Amino acid sequence: MDRYDAIIIGAGHNGLVCAAYLAKNGQRVLVLEAAATAGGLGASREFHPGFRASIAHSVSHFSQAIADDLQLASFGFDPASDPIPTIGLGLDGNHIVIDGTKLLGAGSDDVAAYGRYCKSMHRFADVLKPFWLKTMPRIGSANFADLAAFGNIGLKLRRLGRKDMQEFLRVASLPARDLMDENFENEILKATLSWDGLLGAKMAPRSPNSAVLALLYRLSGEARGAHAIAAGGVNALISSLRGAAEAAGVRLRYNADVARILISESGDGLSATGVELRNGERVEADRVISSADPKTTFVNLVGVQYLDIGFTNRIRRLRCDGYVAKLHLALSELPLFDGLQQPDGRLIIAPDMDAIEFAFDDAKYGESPKNPVMEIVLPSLHDPSVAPDGQHVLSAHVMYVPLKLQGGWTDAARDQMCERTIDIIARYAPRIREQITGQEFLTPADIERQYRVTGGHWHHTEFAVDQMLMMRPTYGAAQYQTPVPGLFLCGAGSHPGGDLVGGAGHNAAQVILG
Amino acid sequence: MNSADPYAGERLKLSPFHPRQRELNIRDAWSAWNGYKFADYYYDAEYEYFCVRNTCGTYDICPMQKYEIRGNDAEAMLNRMVTRDVKKIKVNRVAYCVWCTDEGRMIDDGTIFRLANDRFMLTCGSPCNAWLEKSAFGFDEVQVADITDRLAALSLQGPTSFAVLQAMGLAGTESAKPFDILTLPFHDDTLMVSRTGFTGDLGYELWIKPDLALRLWDELYAAGGDYGIQPYGEAATNMARLEAAFIMPAMEFNEALRTVNFEHDQTPFELNLGWLVDFKKPHFSGRRALLEEKRRGPKYTLTKLDIEGNKPADGSYIYSNRRCTQEVGYVTSAMWSPAVKANIALAMIETKYLQGELWVEIYYEKELRQYSRVVKCTQKQKPFWTPARARATPPPNY
Ligand SMILES: Cc1cc2nc3c(=O)[nH]c(=O)nc-3n(C[C@H](O)[C@H](O)[C@H](O)COP(=O)(O)OP(=O)(O)OC[C@H]3O[C@@H](n4cnc5c(N)ncnc54)[C@H](O)[C@@H]3O)c2cc1C
Repeated sequence: MDRYDAIIIGAGHNGLVCAAYLAKNGQRVLVLEAAATAGGLGASREFHPGFRASIAHSVSHFSQAIADDLQLASFGFDPASDPIPTIGLGLDGNHIVIDGTKLLGAGSDDVAAYGRYCKSMHRFADVLKPFWLKTMPRIGSANFADLAAFGNIGLKLRRLGRKDMQEFLRVASLPARDLMDENFENEILKATLSWDGLLGAKMAPRSPNSAVLALLYRLSGEARGAHAIAAGGVNALISSLRGAAEAAGVRLRYNADVARILISESGDGLSATGVELRNGERVEADRVISSADPKTTFVNLVGVQYLDIGFTNRIRRLRCDGYVAKLHLALSELPLFDGLQQPDGRLIIAPDMDAIEFAFDDAKYGESPKNPVMEIVLPSLHDPSVAPDGQHVLSAHVMYVPLKLQGGWTDAARDQMCERTIDIIARYAPRIREQITGQEFLTPADIERQYRVTGGHWHHTEFAVDQMLMMRPTYGAAQYQTPVPGLFLCGAGSHPGGDLVGGAGHNAAQVILG
Repeated sequence: MNSADPYAGERLKLSPFHPRQRELNIRDAWSAWNGYKFADYYYDAEYEYFCVRNTCGTYDICPMQKYEIRGNDAEAMLNRMVTRDVKKIKVNRVAYCVWCTDEGRMIDDGTIFRLANDRFMLTCGSPCNAWLEKSAFGFDEVQVADITDRLAALSLQGPTSFAVLQAMGLAGTESAKPFDILTLPFHDDTLMVSRTGFTGDLGYELWIKPDLALRLWDELYAAGGDYGIQPYGEAATNMARLEAAFIMPAMEFNEALRTVNFEHDQTPFELNLGWLVDFKKPHFSGRRALLEEKRRGPKYTLTKLDIEGNKPADGSYIYSNRRCTQEVGYVTSAMWSPAVKANIALAMIETKYLQGELWVEIYYEKELRQYSRVVKCTQKQKPFWTPARARATPPPNY
C-alpha cells in the first residue's frame, strides 16, 4: 500500500492550495475528492448540454501572494486582472455603476460622499489586513508570535489616531443599514454598497453587529474589495491550482468519497492515521487534512466518540444554514439589460435596502422570498468555453433562499422559486425568457447534497463575529489543528473563511510545515 | 370555587414511599431534593445515625436522578462521557463513576448499572439531562430516558440489612458481592437489588416499580421489626457518608456546570478520585485536560483529617503552622464521629502543603460567646469507617 505524508480530503480550491504547498515542500500528498472533478464550489459542470457553470462565479480576492508562490500564472491564472464594475440595476435603466473609486449614476452629494466613504473604509479595512494569510493566535496564549499578531492589530488601531480609532470601533459594529443611511441618499446605491457585507451570510441590512465588519473584512483582502473575473474565470483558477498541485507531485484521485477518518487508539491517546473510502478502501498517512466543512469533518468523518463533549457541542451548534441559491441559465444570445451596453459587470438587483430586508424576513421564517434579491454575472463573457459559440451563461446568486423551507423543498417549490427569480430578471432584461434554452436552480439544500457542504453554506459555516478569527470555526480547532493529533482543517470553515481566496489552505500548510 | 390547585406546579412531588414516611416523620422535618418532598430526619438525626451503624435503616432515594441508556452505542456513549472504562463493567455490576467537562472539571459523580450489554442505568444526585443529551449527540443507536419517576428506590443500610433481606425471603442475596445486581421475583414482577450504598457499611439498594413500592416497604418493615429497622433522612446520611469519606456536591465539590468563578470547581485528582480516571482508555471527554492535570499535579487535594479535641471543625481554615500565618486550605465537612470516636473532617488542602504540619482554627460558641482554638490535624489515608462486613460475602447474618 502507498504511504503518504498527508492525505487531503477534498479538492476544492483550499484543498488544492494546501496540497500544492505541502508537495512543494517535499511532502508526499494524496488528495481525495468525492466528486468527479476538482474545484468544489468552484468546480464547473455542465447544467445543460454545452453549457457549464460553477457555484462560485467571481474571484474577488484570490491572494496574489499565493498565486506567485505557486506560479499560477504559468498554469493559466492571473489574479491581477481588471476589476469588473458592480452595477446596481434600476428599473428605468437608471443604474448605479461602481467602478473602484468611481461612482456613476448618483447625485453629486452621493458622489462626494462616496469618495469620503471609500477613503475611510479602506483605512479601516487596513486594520484587518494583516489577518488574511496569518494563523490566528490562540485565546490565552502567551506565545510571542501569537502576541505579536495581536499587537499588530493594536498597533494598526493606534496608528489610526484617536478619532479614527473610535470611529473604526463604532463603524465596525454597525448594521449595514445605518452605515449607508449615514452616508448616502440613493437607495440603489445603498443597497448595492451593502451587498458585499451580506452576501453569503444570514444577515440583512438591519442585522446588528456583523455586516459592516464582514464588509470591511472583504475590503481588507488583497483586491481591496474589488471583484474581478480573470481571463478564464473561476475555471482558470481551479485548473491552474490543479496544474500547480500536480506539477509539484500531488496525487489527485476523483470519485474517492471519504467515509471516515481512521483514528488509532492507544494508551497514548488518539491519532489520525488515514482514511477509509466509501468502498471500504483504506489509505494511510501521517496526517489527514480536511477541507470538508467542520461539521462534516468532526461529526461524520471523525465521529463524536473521539471528541470531547463540550467541543462536539460547539461544532454541533455552528450555524451552517445557507441562504444563497444559484440560478444558471443557458441563453441563446447575450441578454440585454435596459440601459446597459454590455452586461459585463456584477449586476445587483436590489432596489433598496428594504427589499433586501424583506427577502431576508421571508427566508428567516422558512419561506421562499416573494421578491428575491440577487447578483448576476455572465461567466461566458470571461470564459467563452462555458457556452457554445455566441451563446451565453447567466449565473445568479439569489438571496435569501432558506435551506429549510417550510414543507420541504419539493420540485414544485424549487420550480416556483426559479420562475419567480426569472420574472424579476425579466423586469430588467425583458427579452430574457425568449433567450433561455436551459435552466437550473439549486437551493441551499441542493448545494448541500451535490457539493457536500453542510447547509450549502457559502463559508461552510456562518461568518460572524463569534465564528471569526481565533474563534473560527470554534476554539479548540481554530489554528488548523484539531483536538485529534494528526488531523488538520484547511477549508472555508477555518480562518480567514470562505470565498475563493486560498487563505485557509495556505495557512494550514504553513502550520503543518511548521 | 374551582377545586383545581392553581399552584400544583410548585408543590413538591411525593415519593411512592411517602404515605409510610409521612406516618413515621413525627418531627415533620421535611426539605426538598430534586423537587421531591424529602426527610431531613424522622425522629432524631443522631438516633437514625446509630440505627444505620448498629442495626439498619432505610433512606428514600426516589429523588435521585435515574437514566436509562440503551442501544448498541450505549457503551461507547457512556465510555466517552465518564472517566472509567465502562467496557470493564460486567452485566449485573455497578461502578462508581465521575464525568467531567472538556477542561477536566467534575460535573458530577454517580453510579452506572450495567443491566445488559446494551442497557445501562445511570444514577446521580442532580439532573443531568442536558449533559446526557449533549453526550448522546452523534451516536446513531442510543436512547436516553429519564426514568426517575418510573423507578422507586430505597436504600437499606446497616449491619442487619442482610438479615432483613433474608428474613424477607429474598433468596440469592447471600451470594451478592459488593456492586453486584440481582433481579428477584416480587409479586409477579421483579425487584432489583444492588449491593450498593452511601454509608460505607453493609447495605443494599432496592429498585422497584412505583406501584409496588408500598408493598416492598411493608414487607421490609415487617421483616425488619426484629432487626431495628428505622427510616433515616438526609442528616444521618451526611454523617455516615462523611465517616466513609464519600464526597457530597455543594460540600466537597461544586458541580462544574453550575460553577461561575474560574476553577471554583474541582478535578477528580483534587477530590482524590484519580483512581477513577483510566488513561489506558484512548479517549474520554476531558482526557487531555486530565492528563495535563495529572502531570502537573492537582493544586488542591481532598484530605481526610483526624483533629485533636472534640469540637467539630465546620467551615474552618487549615494552616501550615500553629501561629496560623500561612493558610493552606479549608474544611469541607466535619463532625465528631461516634462510630470512630474521633473528631473527623474532610478538607481541601493545597497539595504542596500536605508534606508539612496541618493546623486548624476552630470557632465554637459557648453561651453566646465565641471562642476559638487552634489544634493539630493528622492526615488519614483510609476512610474513617471501613468495617470488614461491608466487603464480606456472604455478609454476616446478625
Ligand atoms: C451559492 C454560493 C455562491 C458562491 N459564490 C462565490 C463567488 O462568486 N465568489 C467567491 O469567491 N466565493 C463564492 N462562494 C464561496 C466559495 O465558493 C467557497 O467559500 C469556497 O469555494 C470554499 O472553498 P473550499 O476549498 O474551502 O471548499 P469547497 O469548495 O467546498 O471544497 C470542498 C471539497 O471537499 C469535497 N469533499 C467534502 N466531503 C468529502 C468527502 N467526505 N470525501 C471526499 N471529498 C469531500 C467536496 O466535494 C469539495 O470538492 C460561493 C458559495 C456558495 C455556496
